[in-house]
Parts: sequence; C-alpha cells; structure tokens
Amino acid sequence: MDKELDIIIIGGGIVGTAIARELSRYQLNIALVEKEADVGWGTTKANSAVVHTGYDPKPGTLMSKLNVQGARLFPSICGELDVPYKKIGSLVLTPNEEGFKVLEELRERGRLNGVTNLEIITQEKLFELEPNISKDIKGALWVKDTAITAPVELAIAFRENAEKNGVRFILDTTVIGFEVEDGRIESVRTDRGILRAKWIINAAGVNSDDIARLAGDDSFSITPVKGEYALFDKEIGNWVNHIIFPLPTETTKGILVLPTVDGNLLVGPNECITSKEDTNVTEEGLKEVLTFAKREFPDLPLNMLITVFAGLRAKELNRKDFVIEPSPVVENLINVGGIQSPGLSSAPAIAVYVTEILRDRGVKLVKKKDFISERKAIPRFANLSWDERARLIAKDPNYGEIICRCEYVTIGEIIEAVRRGANTLDGIKFRTRAGSGRCQGGFCGPRLIPLLSQLLEVSPSEITKKGKESKLVIGETKR
Amino acid sequence: MKEVKTDIVVIGGGPAGLASALRAGELGANVILVERDFELGGILNQCIHTGFGLSLLGVELTGPEYAETFIEKVLSLNNIKVFLSTMVLDIKDKTVYGVNKKDGLVMIRAGAIILAMGCRERTRGALGIPGERPAGIYTAGSAQRLINIEGLMPGKRVVVLGSGDIGMIMARRLLLEGAEVLGVLEKLPYPGGLTRNVVQCLEDFGIPLYLNHTISEIKGKYRVEGVIAENLLTREKFFMDVDTILLSVGLIPENELSKKIGVRLDPRTGGPIVDQNRETSVEGVFACGNVLQVHDLVDEVTRESYIAGEGAVRYISGKRKIEGVINLRPGENVRYIVPQRLSLPIDSPPYIYFRPQEPFTNCQVIGRSNGREFSLGSYEYARPGEMIKLRLKRELLDSNLDIEVSLVGEKG
Ligand SMILES: Cc1cc2nc3c(=O)[nH]c(=O)nc-3n(C[C@H](O)[C@H](O)[C@H](O)COP(=O)(O)OP(=O)(O)OC[C@H]3O[C@@H](n4cnc5c(N)ncnc54)[C@H](O)[C@@H]3O)c2cc1C
Repeated sequence: MDKELDIIIIGGGIVGTAIARELSRYQLNIALVEKEADVGWGTTKANSAVVHTGYDPKPGTLMSKLNVQGARLFPSICGELDVPYKKIGSLVLTPNEEGFKVLEELRERGRLNGVTNLEIITQEKLFELEPNISKDIKGALWVKDTAITAPVELAIAFRENAEKNGVRFILDTTVIGFEVEDGRIESVRTDRGILRAKWIINAAGVNSDDIARLAGDDSFSITPVKGEYALFDKEIGNWVNHIIFPLPTETTKGILVLPTVDGNLLVGPNECITSKEDTNVTEEGLKEVLTFAKREFPDLPLNMLITVFAGLRAKELNRKDFVIEPSPVVENLINVGGIQSPGLSSAPAIAVYVTEILRDRGVKLVKKKDFISERKAIPRFANLSWDERARLIAKDPNYGEIICRCEYVTIGEIIEAVRRGANTLDGIKFRTRAGSGRCQGGFCGPRLIPLLSQLLEVSPSEITKKGKESKLVIGETKR
Repeated sequence: MKEVKTDIVVIGGGPAGLASALRAGELGANVILVERDFELGGILNQCIHTGFGLSLLGVELTGPEYAETFIEKVLSLNNIKVFLSTMVLDIKDKTVYGVNKKDGLVMIRAGAIILAMGCRERTRGALGIPGERPAGIYTAGSAQRLINIEGLMPGKRVVVLGSGDIGMIMARRLLLEGAEVLGVLEKLPYPGGLTRNVVQCLEDFGIPLYLNHTISEIKGKYRVEGVIAENLLTREKFFMDVDTILLSVGLIPENELSKKIGVRLDPRTGGPIVDQNRETSVEGVFACGNVLQVHDLVDEVTRESYIAGEGAVRYISGKRKIEGVINLRPGENVRYIVPQRLSLPIDSPPYIYFRPQEPFTNCQVIGRSNGREFSLGSYEYARPGEMIKLRLKRELLDSNLDIEVSLVGEKG
C-alpha cells in the first residue's frame, strides 16, 4: 500500500458511494472496497427506485429524520450529477371507507415528520389521475412530492464524481477479516491483500453485521428480507402516472405499481425472510406480486413482462431503525447498517450524517479548494432530439451506429461506458441500457462480447456478465 | 439530415425484405431497402445448416447460400438502393427515419412501405423462469449468432428449453462443436418445431427430447450451475448438471415500428392484420415474412414477400381499388389464419396459411360461408409446428360474405 489511507469504506452500494462522494469534498485519503466488479450491484440494483418524501417512517426515528433530509437533497444532487429524477407523486390507495382513517394517520405522521403537500382525495379525483385503476378503490392519499430515480446510475455517478475528486475504488475485492488490536482495527484483510486506514466505514448492506462481527462487534444483526419484482415493456410504461401504493402494513409499504425513469412499468416487491445469498425469484413470489397488481389494475397485460428480479432489504429487526453509529466495541469503526427502505432516499443525508460522526470523533475535515461537484452522464442517443443526435454523430460517428435495437443504444455510448470503467456486460447495461430492453440482450449480447473484448483488449472468454465466474463464452469454436 | 425520395421503402433486409424489394424492383419501382446489420440476409446468415430452398428453388441450400441468390439479384438492379448498417428509428405517415454512421440521420419519403423486420425470440425474463440470473442463458438464435458468426462457444454442458426449430438445430450444432447436450425440454406433449428437425437434429444424434417437461429453477449466482427440470405430468423434479441454457420458446413478430404508424395487429399472430396482397390496416403499408407471421420455411417467406412487393407496386401505380372486404375467421381447432381479410374484387382464389391448435390425424379442413360448407383439403397429419397452406375455393367467395375455416379430425 502506497500512502496510508485515512478512510476505508466497505461496500459500494448507494450508501457507500454516497459517503465516498461526500467525503471527497475534504482533504482525506479515501478508498472504497467493493466485492463485486462494479458499484451498485447489491440491494442498490434491485429496489423500487422511489425517493420517498418521509411521511411514512415513525416520527422521532433516525430513519424519519434522514429520509426527510435525504429526499430534500435529491433534486440538487441528481442535478449536479446528471442522474434522472422525476417528481411524479405517489398515491396510497384505500379499497374501503375504513382505510381513510389510515390515510389520515399517514398524513398526520407526515406532518410530524415535516412533510407537506399531502392530500386525501376521493374516487373521482383518483380516476382522473389514474384511469386504469380498479373501480373498487375508494380513494387515496396523494403525496405530491414523491419521485423516482435511477439507483445504480446514481451509485455510478457518485463513484465517477468521487474518483474525480481522488477517491480510489478497489473493486472485485472482498473484505474477509480485520486485525484488531486494543479495540482498534489495525488492518483490513481482503482476498487481494491487506489495507490500512485510520477509519473504517462499514456500509456493506446485508453483510454489514458480518463485517462488524469480523471486528468483534455484534451490536446489531441484519435479517435479509427478499422482495421480488416484475418489470414490464415500455409499451405499457404509461399504464400508471404515479407511484401506486396499497395501504401500508406494520412491516412494509406493500406491493407497488409504478413507472420507472426509463419508461418501463415495475410491479413489486413482496416480502419474505430469507438468506443473504438468496435473490432467487420464485414461482409463488412472482404469482403473489402479479395477483396483487391485478387486483388494483384488472386489465394489466401480463404478456408484456420482460424480466423478473429480486432484492434484499437489510433489516435490523430489534431496533427497527437505521444503525448509523460508531461501533460500541471498536474505536475506529463506524457502522452504517440496517439500511432498509427508505435507504435510497436517505443516502445523501446518511452521507452527511456519517461525515458529522467523523467530525465529532475528531477527524479534521478540511475542504478541498479544487473539489469538482459536477459530473455529466454518458449521452443517451435514444433520449435526444433529432438535432442533438445529428450534432453528436457529426462529432463522433460511433453515435450513428446502433448496437442495442430495443433501447437504441449506440456504439459511441458503449465506448464511452468502457472508458468510464465498465468492464462487464452488466456494467455496460447499467450505464447505457444496452440489453435491458424487451429482447433482454438477445440481439446486442452476441455483438457486445467481441466488441468488449476488442475495447478491453482481452480475449472474449474473459468477458463476463457480472464479474467473477460469470464468463459468457468458453472459447472459440472448432473451425 | 440526409433526405431521399423513393417509390417504395422496405424495412429489413432478410429474406422477406430481399424478395419484396426484388419483386418491386423487377416491376420497375424505385426501391430503398434498409437493413440494420452490416450485410443483407438477416437471420439466414447465421443458419449455416442446409434445408433452405428445396420447395422454391428445387435445390437444398444453406441459409447464406439461399440469401446470396437473392442478394445478387437485388444488387444487380439499378432501381434498388440499399442502406446497410442503418437502423430505422421512427416512421411517420410514409416517411421513414433512420440513422447510420456514414450519413448520420436519414429521412426517406416513400409512396409505400413494406414492413419486413422479422421477429425476435422470447426470453427467459418474459417467461419468468424462477431462480437466479447468471451468465450462460442464451436464446437459441443468440447462441447461433455467437457460434456461427462470432466463432465463440457459449458453454460445455447444455440443456435446451423449448423444442422450436432453432432450438433443435442448435442442440445438434453444439453437439457437433463438442458440447454435451443433455436434452431438450418441451412443456407441451408434442414438439414445437418441424418433425424433420426432431428426426434430423435430435433422434439421429441421440439427444433426448423430454416432452411435458420444463425448467422449474435456474441455479448459479454468476454462471449457470444447473437447472431443476420438472416433469409436468408427474411433478417429479430432477437436477441437470449444465453450465448453459438455450431457450427456444417462441418467436415474437417485431412490430414496434408498425405500431408507431397505427398498423392494427392480430393478437393471434402478433403480426399485422393483412389482406391477400399483404396490405395492412394502414393503406400503402405492407408486411411480409416473420414480422407478419412466424414461418417454418424460408421458401414460404419468399413467396409471401413477392406478393407484398407486387401489392406495393400496384398501390403506388394507383391501380389498387378496394370495393369490399371479406373477413377470414379461424374456426374450430384453428389457431390463426393469414391473411385475415380479403379485399374485393378477388381475381383468383388466394392461398391461406394457418396452424392447428394442437396435433390432429386424419383431418379435414372445412370452409364455411353463408351457411354453406366446403372441404378445402384433407390431411393425414396436422401439427402446430407445421404451417398449413391451401387455396380457398371459388364457391366460398361467391357470396362475398365472411368465411370461417375449421379443422376436424382425430386428436393426437
Ligand atoms: C425490495 C426493496 C425495495 C426497496 N425500495 C426502496 C425505495 O423505493 N426507496 C428507497 O429509498 N429505498 C428502497 N429500498 C432500500 C434501498 O434499496 C436500500 O436501502 C439501499 O439500496 C441500501 O444500499 P446499501 O449501499 O446499504 O446496500 P447495498 O446496495 O447492498 O450495498 C452494499 C455493498 O456492499 C458490498 N459488500 C458486502 N460485503 C462486502 C465485503 N465483505 N467486502 C466488500 N464489499 C462488500 C456489496 O457487494 C454491496 O455492493 C428497497 C429495498 C428493497 C430490498
């Protein structure tokens, strides 16, 4: 290891990358260690992508505070980092008259949490807002400020911006242990070698309790709760105009129906306690999600399904709150665990909160003079006007060659994604959308393998879908 | 933006696009043929097995050879212009907007449009197959492209889900390339593709075909580590130790562009509703090949595309008049019929294409109209995997009323 690090962040999800970007404002030597080949591939890639306003968490909790603060930071952060953010509003439906009581409680909770712009509406207004909704629904709570975003793109943007400001990203590297002496972590053991730093920030998502335990800290414990999703074709992306919630239960906000920022329709998640490796989609799970959606939207065309996926909520069931605090056992370890929903919405505020914890602990935070706050996204040919397209092609003809026929992604975008660090098929997909359309990479997949091999200067058999053993081909044919 | 004008624009340079452009060109129209790939031929380029052309050309050719005979003819006509590596992004009225590296954006104004975009393969996601989402899952056509065009081997131990034609052909291809093919799983009690492929691709090579079977779970976080196969009759499950899954679970006509101009689709075929000239519900817009209906044989694609080419020429010359319409309706045991309607006047009784709902033996096809019934043909076998083509009878058309076509016989 060259220079001694001030801070190691473990985990490159939305939380770890947000912290990396926030801390990169200061004169600190920082590295982030992520076990996957890219950032955002844990829970961050499999959630509802909703920026909740914060009316829902129990008043007085850390969760409610950080959610409200995080949601307020979102528009400016997405603006600075050129990441999609659409304030489309949400509707919490009630199927019966009694439900209005619950809606009123939610509105009151919102008031206590400092969330405004909530309105209870009746059937008539609801049908005007959402013509496809079942005529059995009686009314809704309209949360006008709820938004949708693109979580993995945001994690990538945090990474790119943090890198620009000097943070080192050590990917495809798993933390496997610590050397703890006198209640301090002396070194971090990874599967690729030893790292040392003054401070360790544990943002390892569902594995955050395991990481703490490796350092002898068992102050919290994570229960993984799986949520399964069905993603539908863009053709029915405008099936709903808002994010549609059912009445919440004690443990969950329920199964949602919502448009994504890319114009697809998303349905999910359900809820099922499982193991930390299990992101299987099950037959029963899928059925549960679809049956539920059918109740609210009887005419939903299920044949428009394009893919299914599942994500794990990292729940701390004892505290029922985020666990963001210095470890009670290890002096230089800061735990950021139990970041269940609304963890995405809260991430920008979590990053600031962690920074304040470091300040409290005596870390000298001196602002960099040359901090760069902005980052530009890769151009999206598909979303440009004809004029903008023409200009882009005139500058670089590679933007005139389409490789993903469903999402109209050009070779120019692929080249730029690789230049920015994509080295897997999924890395390309999350940066450009190549392969995320209705043919699910059937067309561009076989073309991307040789292209990536050429751009990355490795043999095709070294190209993977998502790092590690996920090789796509085993070699050449006989001829 | 580069702007061009032409009589007819053909979207797609596969067998359908080639044949329709060729026929229109031969009849003297100015044609622009737009293809997104860097070469003409479409899916034929990756079909290096034989089996093409026997019925139309009288010789058995490979896919590329079959394509070549048409490409040569197309290129020899001065009134056909070809745009390669050009992706059509949008259509408005009769104007087609595309993009390529050389010209940037291209705008083509035409008098008529022929849709020949082919089809895409149904994916794992669309089926919602439970399990993990590792590398090593390919649609059969993607695997075919990888192997035959890119020269890359997808894996060593393979299971094929679905017994569509490409799936069976790829099972054989992988075996010949040295992979172990553990079997082809088909959820229905009969194969999805042609009997000829069951025999020549599976039986002759000892590849087991498991009817009434499916994959109930995919294992493996990063690369496929196996599947749980399930017998749908007994509900028995067993593990198959594979690193690769090929899917041959259906083809979907690719009509995203068609929808943009309001072409009405038949939910049974997934393709446009057309008349005997292959004209869609939007006047001056024609469709042929797999964008219209998923064919079994390229020879029929070519024949159908000639019709579309002729239809488009007649349209731009102003000679086409429609004085009335007869609808063709699938009756008992018939999955769909193409064309779905006939435009009057009809010069000679047209051919219709259809598939049975399920396998039949010793069966008859019956046409009904105006309370009268005619036998249109009898068949020893009728299978969903093998399209039936027959000619309507003059008497059926006499009354100018709608026609229903049914199939009766012994099931199985
Ligand atoms: C079904 C579902 C729906 C949700 N919907 C919403 C929503 O709509 N709005 C919202 O605000 N929130 C939502 N959430 C919550 C939100 O997705 C999470 O709070 C957020 O993604 C958590 O981010 P993270 O960075 O903590 O975790 P992760 O994204 O899981 O990141 C943790 C990272 O740590 C890495 N890691 C783990 N162990 C190690 C190790 N030993 N060494 C190195 N790296 C390691 C992992 O690979 C991973 O990349 C939802 C969650 C789920 C499951």
